[in-house]
Amino acid sequence: MCATCGCSDEAGTRVIDPEAGGHGHGHDHVHPETKRTVLLEQDILAANDLLAENNRGWLAERAIHAVNLMSSPGSGKTTLLERTIRELGREFPMTVIEGDQETVFDADRIRATGCRVIQVNTGAGCHLDADMLAKALRTLDPPNRSTVFIENVGNLVCPALFDLGEGTRTVIMSVTEGADKPGKYPHMFRTADVVLLNKIDLLPYVDFDVDMFLTALTQVNPRSRVLQMSATGGEGMDDWYGWLRERVGLGPTV
Amino acid sequence: MHELSITQAAVETIIERMGATPIRRVTLEIGVLSGVVVDSVRFCFEVIVAGTPLRDAVLDVVETPGRAACRDCTLEFVVEDPRILLCPGCGDADVRVLAGRELRIKSVEVENVCARPAVARTRPEPG
Ligand SMILES: Nc1nc2c(ncn2[C@@H]2O[C@H](COP(=O)(O)OP(=O)(O)OP(=O)(O)O)[C@@H](O)[C@H]2O)c(=O)[nH]1
Ligand SMILES: [Zn+2]
Ligand SMILES: [Zn+2]
Ligand SMILES: [Zn+2]
Repeated sequence: MCATCGCSDEAGTRVIDPEAGGHGHGHDHVHPETKRTVLLEQDILAANDLLAENNRGWLAERAIHAVNLMSSPGSGKTTLLERTIRELGREFPMTVIEGDQETVFDADRIRATGCRVIQVNTGAGCHLDADMLAKALRTLDPPNRSTVFIENVGNLVCPALFDLGEGTRTVIMSVTEGADKPGKYPHMFRTADVVLLNKIDLLPYVDFDVDMFLTALTQVNPRSRVLQMSATGGEGMDDWYGWLRERVGLGPTV
Repeated sequence: MHELSITQAAVETIIERMGATPIRRVTLEIGVLSGVVVDSVRFCFEVIVAGTPLRDAVLDVVETPGRAACRDCTLEFVVEDPRILLCPGCGDADVRVLAGRELRIKSVEVENVCARPAVARTRPEPG
């Protein structure tokens, strides 16, 4: 019995192939090494990226624009959505997908505005992925020619790596966070189509240097738009609505 | 911690491709600009492979360097720190990343097993 391949030397028969040069002990094939390398050459995120492309197709067929909202916990994603629904909901058909690790608090807040919402709980997962979005979209079944806002899990690291198939990647940052955030989380800020600087009503009370923030952002992402706003006070919200109209292709309505 | 999802995805992909074959070594390519911390991947790997055909596998990580090109002056340069994507030639930040974002499964090493049924050929052919 060959320890390498388990084949048996029947009745002591020996067939030696001098050309093969292997471990000639009764069979004519070679074991040049005991280990074999199999090249796989596959992207680790290929499965997610494929599902994201499917989502992109699914959304495009229905002319639905998906906006992925990403930020640290507490930057104001839900507050921004509540206000956007109240002020723009009549003009824009919209629905919301809430991603959170455990609770349904955010979904309840959105539901209170009368907007359709579904909650995705990621459990231990700290980001939404394309598969979760695919399932959420099927359940939500948003109307054609509408906007779906996706509130990602509050985290500036992981959501950066996972394409969902969204049409717009939005990063929200508030003035109570450090102005050096873009440099600390370059991956997140680099993927953003638009960066919203929220809670500007607090600028007089915090030592947040807006110019330093803009410089830091330009260094990692010179292409993204920056909109300054206060989701509670309402300042700057019109710029956001204008940007959304443009992006979603509705154009100015007045 | 996205390293957990990343590592899980890598292990699942390998099992999908290789079935129940015991894996001895896994080689991953992780770019320095990928946003993935190699030490975390190593830690997650140990935890995830328990009870899978990868349980005895050694993890090799090839860290690929970052390369970028300036959109302004077209200079190509090596990026060491993902936080500083600035052209060393003209200082412009509008650069295009050429390499360093890789997150790939390169290869696996398995025990060599006979491809052919050995018994069939152990007797001399007549004639
Ligand atoms: N002063 C001020 N407070 C704000 C503003 N926007 C949001 N907040 C407050 O910030 C806190 C967090 O807001 P949320 O909207 O819950 O933040 P979030 O990003 O949805 O939080 P998570 O879902 O936990 O990640 C709340 O107390 C809001 O009232 C703003 O523009 N100015
Ligand atoms: Zn929220
Ligand atoms: Zn994570
Ligand atoms: Zn340059």
